[in-house]
Amino acid sequence: MGLLTPSAGLLFWMTIAFGVVFFILAKFAFPVILGSVEKREKYIDTQLDAARAAEARIAGLEEEGKQIIADAERERVNILKDAAASRDKIVGDARETAAEEAARIIAEAKKQAGEEKEAILASARGEVAMIAMQMATKILRGQMDDAQAQKTLQEILAGEVQN
Amino acid sequence: MMRRTVIMVFAALLMLAAPQPMAASGHDGDSFSPKELVMEHLADSYEWHIVTVKGHELTVPLPVIVRSSTGWHIFSSNKICHGGSYNGLYIAHEGKYKDKIVEDVGGQQRRPLDLSLTKTACGAIFSMLVVMILFLVAARAYKKRDEVDYCPRGLAGLLEWLIDSIMGSVIKPCVGHNYRKFAPYLLTAFFFIFITNLLGLIPIFPGGANVTGNISVTLFMAVMTMLAVNLFGSKHYYKEIFWPDVPLFLKAIPLMPVIELVGIITKPFALMMRLFANIFAGHSIILSLCCMIFLTAHMGAALNGSMTVVALLFMIFMNCLELLVAFLQAYVFTMLSAVFIGLAQEH
Repeated sequence: MGLLTPSAGLLFWMTIAFGVVFFILAKFAFPVILGSVEKREKYIDTQLDAARAAEARIAGLEEEGKQIIADAERERVNILKDAAASRDKIVGDARETAAEEAARIIAEAKKQAGEEKEAILASARGEVAMIAMQMATKILRGQMDDAQAQKTLQEILAGEVQN
Repeated sequence: MMRRTVIMVFAALLMLAAPQPMAASGHDGDSFSPKELVMEHLADSYEWHIVTVKGHELTVPLPVIVRSSTGWHIFSSNKICHGGSYNGLYIAHEGKYKDKIVEDVGGQQRRPLDLSLTKTACGAIFSMLVVMILFLVAARAYKKRDEVDYCPRGLAGLLEWLIDSIMGSVIKPCVGHNYRKFAPYLLTAFFFIFITNLLGLIPIFPGGANVTGNISVTLFMAVMTMLAVNLFGSKHYYKEIFWPDVPLFLKAIPLMPVIELVGIITKPFALMMRLFANIFAGHSIILSLCCMIFLTAHMGAALNGSMTVVALLFMIFMNCLELLVAFLQAYVFTMLSAVFIGLAQEH
């Protein structure tokens, strides 16, 4: 059957035509197109990677910012707490010191006052004794003019001493 | 496959039915023969017939290149196509070499070496040119600009999409890691078959030639695949053929090597027959449907009119189907070639 018999001429022309087209396309067309597709694929991949990395970095920065804010908050609370504690301590200390000082001053004052009182009393006693002596001397000088009077006095004094 | 079988049976029935109305109309001098018309289209010819207007044929004469007993002869086909003879060369009208150029040597018809640019050869070369121009134009679009800047548009975008889908769905998975080496051949084969199939569906010159429905063309493509498979086959592939892992008695006879060697031929043979039969059947069905209009021309206006409508609807349907087949057959050819190549590669 004619339709199923290959013809030499057609095979010859097919070889030439297909060979030439195959050679030209394999050299000038397909490498360019396939290479460009591949290059673009790689480019898109690297761009996606870069975008992903940037996103991760932004997320990291956000996290870091939150961390910093939280740290600062904690620090503030700590500082306030410390401040309150030291304030209380200072006030307490001051109060204590003041109380001690007051007690000491009072004690000292008391002691001094006692000592002064003693001294005053002692000097007052001396004074009184002196005055009494002078008065007694004056009185005695007045009364010792007569012997009677001397005698009576002697008796009185002796009686007093005896008592 | 089921659908194709149905279509083939339908076409065969149409062909069987054709002679009856023809015989009926034969006596009134009108000798319209659908079988002849369809076969004439499907077979190769030395000239490219475009249209016949009122008995006047409009044809494109093609160069005839022949080496006969008197040496090389190159001349236009219109010198011999209508019963003429040139340097003792003429076209046989019957016998073994029907419709082929022959010469008489010693009273016997002899076929010279015939390298004529026939209709099929010209159709093939034309679609090769189309493929080449399409891809060179597309490749130029890439060279002109930085390829990472934008997606390609227009022709380059279309072809890139096609190439990428064939690369991604056929060549890479079927061939395996060595796919780069075979991609140019497989892509050229795919686009040649695809574009040729599509051009074959266009009924106007220079389309409409039955190129991929010609056994020589599909034989050539199948041989190309066979060469790609066997010339680049791995050691492992050849060991599987000549010394496979089977019991020794199967190799000693040697049954398995013979089967494997037959397999080398049958794989491309199946490729050749599949493409040929599909495109051949498609062309014959569309032409047969077209013939229905003219076959019913003598059967009255009502029958002829309704058959024209029916035939037209069927032809539109068939053309749509053939568009699918045009892609499918190119795809199947490429995919099976890629699978055969992949099987012969290292894994």
